[in-house]
Amino acid sequence: MAAEDAVPVEVVAAPARPDAPTDSLAWLAVPAMVLLAMAPAFLVESFRLFQLTSVVIYAVAILGLNIVTGYNGQISLGHGAFYAVGAYTTAILMASFGLPYWATLPVSAAVCGALGWGIGFPALRLGGLYLALTTFALAVAVPQVLKHDALETWTGGVQGVFIAKPDAPFGLPLSADQWMYLFTVAIAAAIFVLARNLLRSRIGRAMMAIRDQPTAAEAMGMDLAALKTRTFALSATITGVAGALSAVAVEFVSPDSFSVNLSITLFVGMIVGGVASIFGAVFGGLFVVFVPNLAEDIAGAAPGVLYGAILILFVFVLPTGFAGLLRRVAASARRTTATNDATPGR
Amino acid sequence: MLNRRTLLAASAAVLSAPRVACAQPATPGVTATEIKIGGIMPYSGPASAYGVIGRLEQVYFRVLNEAGGIAGRKINFISLDDGYSPPKTVEQARRLIEQERVAFLFNTLGTPTNSAIVRYVNQRKVPHLFLSTGADKWGNPQENPWTIGWQPSYRTEAQIYAKHLLAQKPDARIAVLYQNDDFGKDYLAGTRDILGDRFERQVKTVSHEVTDATIDSQIVSLQSSGADAMLTATTPKFAAQTIRKMHDIGWKPPAHYLTNVSISVAAVMQPAGPEKGVGIITSGYLKDPTDSVWRDDPGMTEWRGFMQRHMPDADHTDGNYPFSYGVSKTMEHVLRQCGNDFSRENIMKQATSLQNLEIPTLLPGIRVNTSATNYHPIRQMQLQRWTGSTWERFGEVLEGARV
Repeated sequence: MAAEDAVPVEVVAAPARPDAPTDSLAWLAVPAMVLLAMAPAFLVESFRLFQLTSVVIYAVAILGLNIVTGYNGQISLGHGAFYAVGAYTTAILMASFGLPYWATLPVSAAVCGALGWGIGFPALRLGGLYLALTTFALAVAVPQVLKHDALETWTGGVQGVFIAKPDAPFGLPLSADQWMYLFTVAIAAAIFVLARNLLRSRIGRAMMAIRDQPTAAEAMGMDLAALKTRTFALSATITGVAGALSAVAVEFVSPDSFSVNLSITLFVGMIVGGVASIFGAVFGGLFVVFVPNLAEDIAGAAPGVLYGAILILFVFVLPTGFAGLLRRVAASARRTTATNDATPGR
Repeated sequence: MLNRRTLLAASAAVLSAPRVACAQPATPGVTATEIKIGGIMPYSGPASAYGVIGRLEQVYFRVLNEAGGIAGRKINFISLDDGYSPPKTVEQARRLIEQERVAFLFNTLGTPTNSAIVRYVNQRKVPHLFLSTGADKWGNPQENPWTIGWQPSYRTEAQIYAKHLLAQKPDARIAVLYQNDDFGKDYLAGTRDILGDRFERQVKTVSHEVTDATIDSQIVSLQSSGADAMLTATTPKFAAQTIRKMHDIGWKPPAHYLTNVSISVAAVMQPAGPEKGVGIITSGYLKDPTDSVWRDDPGMTEWRGFMQRHMPDADHTDGNYPFSYGVSKTMEHVLRQCGNDFSRENIMKQATSLQNLEIPTLLPGIRVNTSATNYHPIRQMQLQRWTGSTWERFGEVLEGARV
């Protein structure tokens, strides 16, 4: 599987010994990237901004999926369910309880985390494909549960729930679309930084060890059950926050918004972006938002065929996703500089 | 076809109106040579069977352009795919309105998908014309003055059944089986419109979930109410079960009305057993392309000519094509009625001032009427009865109530 060769590459990619300079460079890179990510808010018109907001939201959702599937090896085909629950939690809290949008995010995160933790338990006994099927069942069930009579007072049944897009606070001279984009980027940046730190820490390494060699990991004293359920909960939390942001950005949720296709879309985004890669999620988000539109523009009559073809092409040409490509480019660039520039001790 | 008198009246109205058009800022998407129109269809996804509606529309406007277009302008119809996914519909609507800068949206399909964009288009004051959905909520000028449906709503259909029943037996008691969603509840609303205060006394309602395995217990409980008539407002699978179960338990109320959503011969009547449903009444508003009655009908001859010339490979038995032809024809009429003023206000005004417009694919006697307070263009239907092998139309064209 792609995931298995991804990690060694990542370890190799980190320059051999002296961690300190690269780390400080990385810490400079983060604000630089955040600034870069914020720039479109002032450069592109509001429709493009709405699309980019969707990209960032999908990126966060894909990151959530990547943590459990890419880093921990538990295949989930049902992350659309967590996305839906996050979206509905936010929509209901805003529409029925009058909470401001930002205050709903922690609640959505907590609800999805609890749900993910609950799903994590059967996941302990189900490996690989069986887990994939179980989570897929979850994705199939959720839209119907949302339509159920007992919940209709809050979910609005098939009608869905309308919410209003928030205006920029503190009288900032920003349009609603600009503000939504900046808000989403800020939340996403925080989640990406936290996820990066976690995955590079002891716990992150334990997750990968469990994925690659569960027996060895257990022999080394890792608590497999606890780690796996917590990873599932964390993953669901992140995807749930993405769902919550999507509800605010789209201003509407309905059961049809969260069909099985959504889970597949997230999965596609993860593979294309790069399994077990943090930044791959951003590429995944770009892919799932823009490539279907591109396919429609080019092949008006049969966009599905072209989309499929592009997808197959990607899997062939970039088996490790965009992130894998970047790693390879970076690695070969480093090799070239290393041979050209013989002075050691950098 | 175009009614000459309405055309004359409209042109007179246009001529007599003060020429404010020139003073107004230009409408997005309208130039001296072009009118840009946006459409959103499920070309992919769970509802992709409806995609053929959008295909015909594209061909229709192309043919219209070849014949000279409208007021010297070519129609540029941009029809995008949303896969029947509401968030995608929002993205496509914004792309059409903000990026492509279309003058208006035409025949966007689906109830959840249109729900997702209705507030956005109304805030932007973009005409949102002739939606492909049977929900009743699109005819609400107070709340959504820029949104208008086209086909008869489920609620109108229920009103027609209730009227027909009460005309024969004013104190008839009705049993209603409805699917517990927007669609099913529109039938309750329509029945209530006609019965008013008597609803509680004369109507017994039982619902089912779309996820239920069977509706046997619901049928038994409705039978025990001893109703004179049954109204079945449910989707095909359950409709077939209902017909079969009623036959099996020997319950044959004098009248059985069935929603026209579930009248497919292949999906409902055959599985239920064609002989078990004899006498069931439903309603229609479009000419059925497979019905030999329309062999020499001028309207259907026009439609068949269009199909043979421009879409020869399409499935000519698919009822979505006459639907699409009819709604496109309505759109063409509205644009012609606009004269030379293609401001959004005027497009909306003309869309809501159609008088007795006849459309070739609508049943004879059914006319399109709209006004500033009537956002239900088609509110007439004709009843039809199952003979055991086909649906046979009978009686006059009936009209729903104005509520």
